[in-house]
Amino acid sequence: MTDSKYFTTTKKGEIFELKAELNSDKKEKKKEAVKKVIASMTVGKDVSALFPDVVNCMQTDNLELKKLVYLYLMNYAKSQPDMAIMAVNTFVKDCEDPNPLIRALAVRTMGCIRVDKITEYLCEPLRKCLKDEDPYVRKTAAVCVAKLHDINAQLVEDQGFLDTLKDLISDSNPMVVANAVAALSEIAESHPSSNLLDLNPQSINKLLTALNECTEWGQIFILDCLANYTPKDDREAQSICERVTPRLSHANSAVVLSAVKVLMKFMEMLSKDLDYYGTLLKKLAPPLVTLLSAEPELQYVALRNINLIVQKRPEILKHEMKVFFVKYNDPIYVKLEKLDIMIRLASQANIAQVLAELKEYATEVDVDFVRKAVRAIGRCAIKVEQSAERCVSTLLDLIQTKVNYVVQEAIVVIKDIFRKYPNKYESVIATLCENLDSLDEPEARAAMIWIVGEYAERIDNADELLESFLEGFHDESTQVQLQLLTAIVKLFLKKPTETQELVQQVLSLATQDSDNPDLRDRGYIYWRLLSTDPVAAKEVVLAEKPLISEETDLIEPTLLDELICYIGTLASVYHKPPSAFVEGGRGVVHKSLPPRTASSESTESPETAPAGAPSGDQPDVIPTQGDLLGDLLNLDLGPPVSGPPLATSSVQMGAVDLLGGGLDSLIGGPNFVAPSAATVPANLGASMGSGLSDLFDLTSGVGTLSGSYVAPKAVWLPAMKAKGLEISGTFTRQVGSISMDLQLTNKALQVMTDFAIQFNRNSFGLAPAAPLQIHAPLSPNQTVEISLPLNTVGSVMKMEPLNNLQVAVKNNIDVFYFSTLYPLHILFVEDGKMDRQMFLATWKDIPNENEAQFQIRDCPLNAEAVSSRLQSSNIFTVAKRNVEGQDMLYQSLKLTNGIWVLAELRIQPGNPSFTLSLKCRAPEVSQHVYQAYETILKN
Amino acid sequence: MIGGLFIYNHKGEVLISRVYRDDIGRRQAADSAIFSSSGLPLEERLRNAVDAFRVNVIHARQQVRSPVTNIARTSFFHVKRSNIWLAAVTKQNVNAAMVFEFLYKMCDVMAAYFGKISEENIKNNFVLIYELLDEILDFGYPQNSETGALKTFITQQGIKSQHQTKEEQSQITSQVTGQIGWRREGIKYRRNELFLDVLESVNLLMSPQGQVLSAHVSGRVVMKSYLSGMPECKFGMNDKIVIEKQGKGTADETSKSGKQSIAIDDCTFHQCVRLSKFDSERSISFIPPDGEFELMRYRTTKDIILPFRVIPLVREVGRTKLEVKVVIKSNFKPSLLAQKIEVRIPTPLNTSGVQVICMKGKAKYKASENAIVWKIKRMAGMKESQISAEIELLPTNDKKKWARPPISMNFEVPFAPSGLKVRYLKVFEPKLNYSDHDVIKWVRYIGRSGIYETRC
Repeated sequence: MTDSKYFTTTKKGEIFELKAELNSDKKEKKKEAVKKVIASMTVGKDVSALFPDVVNCMQTDNLELKKLVYLYLMNYAKSQPDMAIMAVNTFVKDCEDPNPLIRALAVRTMGCIRVDKITEYLCEPLRKCLKDEDPYVRKTAAVCVAKLHDINAQLVEDQGFLDTLKDLISDSNPMVVANAVAALSEIAESHPSSNLLDLNPQSINKLLTALNECTEWGQIFILDCLANYTPKDDREAQSICERVTPRLSHANSAVVLSAVKVLMKFMEMLSKDLDYYGTLLKKLAPPLVTLLSAEPELQYVALRNINLIVQKRPEILKHEMKVFFVKYNDPIYVKLEKLDIMIRLASQANIAQVLAELKEYATEVDVDFVRKAVRAIGRCAIKVEQSAERCVSTLLDLIQTKVNYVVQEAIVVIKDIFRKYPNKYESVIATLCENLDSLDEPEARAAMIWIVGEYAERIDNADELLESFLEGFHDESTQVQLQLLTAIVKLFLKKPTETQELVQQVLSLATQDSDNPDLRDRGYIYWRLLSTDPVAAKEVVLAEKPLISEETDLIEPTLLDELICYIGTLASVYHKPPSAFVEGGRGVVHKSLPPRTASSESTESPETAPAGAPSGDQPDVIPTQGDLLGDLLNLDLGPPVSGPPLATSSVQMGAVDLLGGGLDSLIGGPNFVAPSAATVPANLGASMGSGLSDLFDLTSGVGTLSGSYVAPKAVWLPAMKAKGLEISGTFTRQVGSISMDLQLTNKALQVMTDFAIQFNRNSFGLAPAAPLQIHAPLSPNQTVEISLPLNTVGSVMKMEPLNNLQVAVKNNIDVFYFSTLYPLHILFVEDGKMDRQMFLATWKDIPNENEAQFQIRDCPLNAEAVSSRLQSSNIFTVAKRNVEGQDMLYQSLKLTNGIWVLAELRIQPGNPSFTLSLKCRAPEVSQHVYQAYETILKN
Repeated sequence: MIGGLFIYNHKGEVLISRVYRDDIGRRQAADSAIFSSSGLPLEERLRNAVDAFRVNVIHARQQVRSPVTNIARTSFFHVKRSNIWLAAVTKQNVNAAMVFEFLYKMCDVMAAYFGKISEENIKNNFVLIYELLDEILDFGYPQNSETGALKTFITQQGIKSQHQTKEEQSQITSQVTGQIGWRREGIKYRRNELFLDVLESVNLLMSPQGQVLSAHVSGRVVMKSYLSGMPECKFGMNDKIVIEKQGKGTADETSKSGKQSIAIDDCTFHQCVRLSKFDSERSISFIPPDGEFELMRYRTTKDIILPFRVIPLVREVGRTKLEVKVVIKSNFKPSLLAQKIEVRIPTPLNTSGVQVICMKGKAKYKASENAIVWKIKRMAGMKESQISAEIELLPTNDKKKWARPPISMNFEVPFAPSGLKVRYLKVFEPKLNYSDHDVIKWVRYIGRSGIYETRC
């Protein structure tokens, strides 16, 4: 007999013919007709018009026909609720049938008909069936309760079916138990608060007993249910684990995975010192490996789960690298997953093998796979330091293949390798540059640009390379544009002389011609930085970057813990919590691993407690999208430092150490970003016209003193940048002590308190000698003047310019940063007079190239006055000569750090221009000494 | 749980559709923009899950990138058998492993009822399939899916039920739900007989230099039992752990059999095996289903006998010629014969002609498969054979180098490459009057190549 003919009847008037056949007296004909109806239904034809005729066939003792009619009913009852009532009587009658198969069929089908009127009639038969003598009927009825609950939850509760269902957990038949567990678990999911399953040691024991006896599917239901239980202590956890481990040998992979889930979860509660813990770890590996010989679809599910398990407990599979080697005929989804796990398992012990494999994969056909393999090589380099060199040379070999996507992928990973091992592999840059033209993917272009920018000083034609990218600036993707902007600014800071034009070009492209707010903002920030404070710009843009962490794209630990609770399920396949893909309230209860509660000993230190990353220390998790703040720090290619940035990166940042937070908090804090971004538009009008020329006018500015001995106070921190706090100030030196005179004005509407100040490390070790003492709170519009004594015993770091001082001021509102230039003469010490012999010897001793000559113009003073005025600023005249009508003053001064500066000042009577020659072993101070002369003499 | 199950033909036409959950409508509204797996937005809006799967997976231009697809918050699990697609659909966070296991089981059950899974057979048996789907999935929960049990009450004749007595009926239901759901009571054979097949597939990945990169044996013990009653069976093999345990008692035995014992990395068992007993005593005891079933699967990686060694030599002579020489060596007792030997030597895509010379068997260049296929009917142990070929290539501009796929091999040998030996299979049936000695037992070992590859 062949049924396929039913699929081919498509002629017109079919419905009428069917109708006639359905009403035929002959049983065989009726059955044929119903089959045709079902076939039409399957292919999507509307046969609902036949409803009454089909229902009429229901009263038959032919089981096959009955099943067909029921199938039809399930499909169409909802669209014809009134007519569906016609079927009720038959259902109710069937529920009393002596044949258990028919009783079960009736109750099963009734549950599938989602029509209110039918549901009402279902309650009584269902109640009977739940207590039926035949287990087959009971197991069907158990599922029916879940169906009914889905249609009308209230009804189920009112009718007390939940209690009956709970009783079935103690049923003598294992399949009834399993179905009851499944039904209850599902109902419980929609009532997260209710204690429906009421799992306690007794009921768990029952479930564990049933586990040994029921079908493979039943075992899955029970194991999945067990996984929701939290044992009261480690002993109970262990005893459950002991009874679950035999399941690891089941032929059904789903049973194995569900058992793994229970074990992984309960293991969390076991102490690592326990022998059993080690035993359990050992027992987990073989079944996981065996899953890889299942069919490919299951392999895929298994691999996705192994990926989680390896992240959670790397020790389980650390010796099993080989089984993850890719087979030539594996489906691509299996290959990609295996590769992922190989990288995670790569270690010093197996790296040689892994690399050999990866190299092999890099020549395969599938583009995605090849890319991933290349990337994997880079990740190995980062993960296993000993292999870095081999990885790099492998990557170079691959670049030589000139296969476009291989080259691009290789460049992307080499950039990461540079980040991880600075100053080690830069010799390959030349090779990379050769491939510049073939890069057409944004990520690779961005990586290459980053490399050029970062190593601009070693690449002779860096400016040309970057310029070549600039031509098509607007056609590039944002990623590339941002990177190009940063790279050119870096280049400028490294080679300012040759690249002015380039930086102007890119800044105007970014700020004026772009619609992208990120790009514009970054452009403005650089612009502002460069124009107000190039030193700070250098600090920020060329800051030492934190090292990238070894592990990339790890799943965030809390999500990982949650996913461990979902082993085997779709969530573990997608690596997403159920709420991300399940609609409505179902299954969105957050699960978490149980805390470890020991019954006997509880002395384990909290740090090693569970819910951590593998091996205890928290790995830096790299989010896939670099965030804006990271971008600002020019870290967009690498990971922003996770965790508390203050603690982790202040050391790596090295150069900066303000208020314990360092410059990273300066960059990271919104207070910096927001106000500067906000001020830019305000100043835009002015800076547009002359902006770029201002930009290079670096020396003029706050540092230039206009007062005599003490410069008048200049505004250092405008209120706009500091939430209403305005700071102006100047520096003084009186009888050997330096101080910073500050004037703080509160221009905000709220009271300011809790002031504190700190300096960044600077060229001469300037540091506050006492805390900033402002005793009374600063009320709105109030100004306070204070003199802050300074000393020069702070930490030293060479600044650019030399006299740059970065200051952080804190108050109750926030922390603010500014930088200022101090006049060098505050550092001239009182015992700076050298004796004449010494002077002569020293002058000769200092090489001529250290001599710097300056012109001091428009100074109306005579030699005498000059000498005395300079002396009050601790510049001492050692000798005076008159040569050919010119007065020659030989002077000496000493800086706080012991550097001597020797000067020859040539004064021509009647000529207001003096010539100053300075000789010093540290010639970089000369410029500033000259400025000090100028300042002192002109005021 | 599983919300619906669909079977499609290769064109994406629905052959079977069974919906278990209300959230999966056949006319499911998927109003949100749906993107095909190739990433392109679809022009037409899809109305239902059935169409969504067809468009996104069956008709997708790309190779399938994942057996699980999420389209508009609906997850599709699919497996393919010849050109038939089976898809399970759900909107919940189901046990994914279970869904795939179920789909495989579904294939097994269908195959047990009507043979090969083909469009023709599915159309011919659609009523039966619906009946099966009604029985083995209830509200999306898999129920008993053992063919032995199902066949007692779901038949292709569909009329059996009327003639059943009450006893028969309750026997059916207790078997379907019972502890031993895989076997019915009251089976009788005049001759009690059983067959054990140890079927192994040996997998190898070897480097061109002859270094074993990975090798493992995955084996199966398949049992065909024709035994009366409810026989209690106990299976024993040369498992290292068992033998060492026993060896503690008699040192004599250890020295005798210890050498031949093998280390099993892992094994899994048919659901009839008492797992807790295996876990505690490592003994394999069970009441077998009637007829053929897979008793256990195992995996070994240590001391594998690799029946063949492939020694490749590929030389590129200029840009348009390749010289290939492959030597195979058989590595087992000279008295044994390997059969169905096939060596597959891949050739580049731009091959224009091939000349082959082989010492033994037949070799042919198959352009459609991009390979030279060398077949040898039989080969005894400790022998060696060789093939050499000259491959002419068309000059191409293709910059990309030929990927050099590995040389693969197929064969069949009459022993177990893992070294596994069946030590005993004892049968006890206390209620009936036959003893272990009366049972006729047959054991056979077959080793086949799994993925047996040598890189070149």
